[in-house]
Amino acid sequence: MKIGVFICHCGENIGRTVDCPRVSKACAWLPGVEVSVDYKYMCSDPGQNMIKKEIIDKKLDAIVVGSCSPHMHEKTFRKAAVAAGINPFLVEITNLREHCSWVHDDIEAATEKAIELVRMSVEKVKRNQPLTTIEVPVTKRTLVIGGGIAGIQAALDVANAGYEVVLVEKEPSIGGHMSQLSETFPTLDCSQCILTPRMVEVYQHPKIKLMTYSEVEKVEGFIGNFTVTIRKKARHINEDKCTGCGECITKCPIKKKAYNSFEENLAYRPAVYVPFPQAVPNIPVIDKEVCTYYKNGKCSMCVKVCGREAIDFGQEDKIVSEEVGAIIMATGYKLYNIDKKPDDSIYKGYGEYGYGKYKDVIDGLQFERIASASGPTEGEFKRPSDGKEPKKIVFIQCVGSRDESKGFSYCSKICCMYTAKHAMLYKHKVHDGEAYVFYMDIRSGGKMYDEFVRRAIEEDGVKYIRGRVSKITEENGKYIVKGEDTLAGMPITIDADMVVLATAMIAQPDASVLAQTVGIPYDKHGFFNEAHPKLRPIESTTGGVFLAGACQSPKDIPESVAMASAAAAKAMVLFGSDKLEREPVVAKVNAELCAGCFLCKKVCPYGAVEVRELITRDGVVIREIAYVNEGLCQGCGTCTASCPSKSVELAGFNNEEIFAQIAAL
Amino acid sequence: MSSHNHNHVHTIADDIKDKTFQDVSLCYQCGKCSAGCPIRYYMDIAPNKVVRLIQLGFYEEALKSTTPWLCAGCMTCSSRCPQEFDLAKFMDAVRETALEKGVEIKNKDIIKFHEAFLNQIKHFGRAYEVGLVAEYKLKTMHLFDDVDSSPGMLLKGKLKVLPHNIKDKESVRKIFKKTAKK
Amino acid sequence: MEAILKVGYFPGCSQTGTAREYDISLRKVIEKLGASFDEVKDWSCCGATSAHVTNHKLASALAMRNVMLAEQQGIEDMVAPCAACYNRLVSSQYELKKHPEVKLEVESILETKFQKDVKVMNLIELFTKIGTEKISENRKHELKDLKVACYYGCLLVRPAEITKFDDAEQPTSMEKLVELTGAKTVDWNSKVECCGAAHSIARRDIVVELSKKIIDDAKRHGANLMVVACPMCHTNLDMRQTIMKRVYPEYKEFPVLYLTELLGLALGMDEKELGIDLHTVKFNYNELAAEKAAV
Repeated sequence: MKIGVFICHCGENIGRTVDCPRVSKACAWLPGVEVSVDYKYMCSDPGQNMIKKEIIDKKLDAIVVGSCSPHMHEKTFRKAAVAAGINPFLVEITNLREHCSWVHDDIEAATEKAIELVRMSVEKVKRNQPLTTIEVPVTKRTLVIGGGIAGIQAALDVANAGYEVVLVEKEPSIGGHMSQLSETFPTLDCSQCILTPRMVEVYQHPKIKLMTYSEVEKVEGFIGNFTVTIRKKARHINEDKCTGCGECITKCPIKKKAYNSFEENLAYRPAVYVPFPQAVPNIPVIDKEVCTYYKNGKCSMCVKVCGREAIDFGQEDKIVSEEVGAIIMATGYKLYNIDKKPDDSIYKGYGEYGYGKYKDVIDGLQFERIASASGPTEGEFKRPSDGKEPKKIVFIQCVGSRDESKGFSYCSKICCMYTAKHAMLYKHKVHDGEAYVFYMDIRSGGKMYDEFVRRAIEEDGVKYIRGRVSKITEENGKYIVKGEDTLAGMPITIDADMVVLATAMIAQPDASVLAQTVGIPYDKHGFFNEAHPKLRPIESTTGGVFLAGACQSPKDIPESVAMASAAAAKAMVLFGSDKLEREPVVAKVNAELCAGCFLCKKVCPYGAVEVRELITRDGVVIREIAYVNEGLCQGCGTCTASCPSKSVELAGFNNEEIFAQIAAL
Repeated sequence: MSSHNHNHVHTIADDIKDKTFQDVSLCYQCGKCSAGCPIRYYMDIAPNKVVRLIQLGFYEEALKSTTPWLCAGCMTCSSRCPQEFDLAKFMDAVRETALEKGVEIKNKDIIKFHEAFLNQIKHFGRAYEVGLVAEYKLKTMHLFDDVDSSPGMLLKGKLKVLPHNIKDKESVRKIFKKTAKK
Repeated sequence: MEAILKVGYFPGCSQTGTAREYDISLRKVIEKLGASFDEVKDWSCCGATSAHVTNHKLASALAMRNVMLAEQQGIEDMVAPCAACYNRLVSSQYELKKHPEVKLEVESILETKFQKDVKVMNLIELFTKIGTEKISENRKHELKDLKVACYYGCLLVRPAEITKFDDAEQPTSMEKLVELTGAKTVDWNSKVECCGAAHSIARRDIVVELSKKIIDDAKRHGANLMVVACPMCHTNLDMRQTIMKRVYPEYKEFPVLYLTELLGLALGMDEKELGIDLHTVKFNYNELAAEKAAV
């Protein structure tokens, strides 16, 4: 076997600490090495051309490149090798930068080490097998989990490109939190006015299969080939027959037993309901918990008034299965609740703000509903406790955010902006009202964002007080807010009519369960993890699953929309061809040696090991053995390390190759 | 306040860190402590400002302030601080450091009270209230405060005229000796 | 013959002095409930008030001396009726656990080695240990004319991760005990506000303002009695009302009882046996009930 060694100086990066010409000369003497050269920038065009020339001229079988980390240029050098006619997996990269020159000072010692490292790679490459990329088929359909603005945007982008989308939303209607908002910053657009056209577009789109009031129960398969099990919860309304006329809702006698979660519990809803008038789809749901029929069978008012016989009390949940090639997570967020949950060590609640016992101490979404023209007060500012117009409102930022003791260490990003917005909306409607904002910092880093906050202060007369609030107590219907202005160095006490808390943006309570169902990692707060925080913020570490919106980290609407379109683009990259290429660095089980202990199956983090029967040609079953699904295997090597009989080997890093490297030391 | 700097000089901030096991850099000056402090109105410098002075290295101003001496040790600040900075313990450390460094303290009455209190413990093992009050009055010359309540208290048996001695007074005196400042 | 539950007892300096009635009523009440005290022999000052503000090593050593004595006496859990003593004894043990180098230093000062923790209870935890059903079983009078503001003060509930007792902002454990006597409780805003603490001697003006604020809040919420579980708080809230009257001529007196005195009344004892007549502000249940009826 003829091997070529190419040592790169990487400019000063390697050359400063490792004497590259000397390494190259020493390696020329290694057994099997036909040619050994060094060059300043091996990854450059002249460098690559040098490699190609040497391969062709000297008829090399394999090459070793001493350079930076394989993460950087393995692909580059493999391409060069292919161009010159050798298999890309007969290329070994020796890391002389991160593993050598960047971590040592002593030139002599570093150079000796470099020679050792290259010797190891030469011994390995002698045992390398030529490998071919694995091809898997692709189902050109996308699953989008979550029907908020991010999910809607992603679904539309994929569908408009001509691919089918399955959009699953757990609430009865799509729209998410954006549909609850009154107006959006920094333009003060009416939120539903800009959102509902998109919602209708989703509903009417021929390529989008919309499943509301549904949840994903199981995800099997791998990138390009997922099988998803979805539970369509029973609405007890026949969707095909219902026209959305709303008669059942109007006539339902149970009017005050259940709170409307869309209205953030500021209003009631009947037992049969749609969450809001512009709901998509406009098909109601019967709440079994409060409906009289399910208690004693005595009421069927809705059946009586329904002209289409659409009520179906006995309807069951339906389980459906969908085949998709890509999954986009768009499950959004929830707001931190300041109530105390007795057995919860994470959500401690805020006792100094009343643990939620004060009716007029509300959070941001409740304020949105009060401000909204379609809300429980029809857009008029009325206190939840007595319906009076508040003349003094105090807004408190960072409740639960940047707070290690009772909340979360992170900043929720959007609160500075929406608090300014809230204060402005209030001042626009109540001209003689006073608005105070207690803040620690103002984080307004978007386009026209800082100008928006200045507008609140300079044009609308909102008073900003730099400091936190220590305690809120109630005295005769007024809320005594005790805070401090650290800029003036003075305590500030305000007797407010209403207090709005900008509570932390947290992950959905079942986010971790869903993440485990789909098979993606999540952080300690429940936010889904991106593959790389800087350069790969849209992909999760699991192939084929992409992230969009606040489920990955707190963010505002433009960022969520941008991320959703990016996720859609990523999904469509998979659909660009009929087959997906995968790196052949996967594990393979030697069927003869495998005893069927399945330790590998237990340790595999990707669920890539299957149980197969080992059968003779006559169909007699000898025993069960392990089999690695090439599509799922990520080549981590955990199974290889765990196998007691060494029956599993990793292609490209098999035992022979690794032991040769060690022996060469 | 880097502690891996080879040329590091031991500062007052380090003194305080040694006593409290927490670094003042934890405090991000949100002011919640000052907002909830019941004694705030009587203090010359807000509690969070005392921390700020130590953070910036203005040690003398911090140590001379009346604020730590007026601190009642109610722990409202410590229990509400979002960074879990124990401000009450920090104030204790500032008081102790001010005494160690011999800084001129304005709250002379309060110092004398503490001296009188600790003297009682040193000699009798327990706080002997008549002795404490007597010593405090002599030190401060506020001879006629509490005069209205004292006869009543004596009659009710609430003020023991003679101190109660513990048996092993020596062990308590030893504690004082071993922890005395050099 | 019912078994007597024995509990360790760390009185603290004020129990023999200004808080004499606290000690009297406490001992009488636990006797009626079938428990007895094993007082820490030759206990000394716990180091509250002045030690921790001037010398943190002295403060640790003074507190741990008593823990050492209790451990040597075989006491596993003990009650410290003064909230400051309770807080010092619990905090010092917590500090020694968290910082082993401090533990070594204190052991060297006291010339001992700490083997076991001593669980220190505050007054309210004591009754939970004895068993609240015993209060209901032995109740002789229903104190239904009382509307009580339960005052916890600072050191029973803070710092929350050290005392691990009730909620630091909206506690309710004292209310539960008070309601066993038949009295009603009020929800009010100053349960855990500071009374001024040890400024009682050197800065009485602060104490007068802070304590008056608390009493005013209790009155505003419809209470006719305040109940406390700390002798420092009681001094400030009761004895200092003399000065409040002087500074604020229109100020009206407001009775403040120890929790043990209230329980004692419910268990059938009278004001004199419980030492309630030692208070500055007079309290007599029958008179208060008569007043209420007259209104």
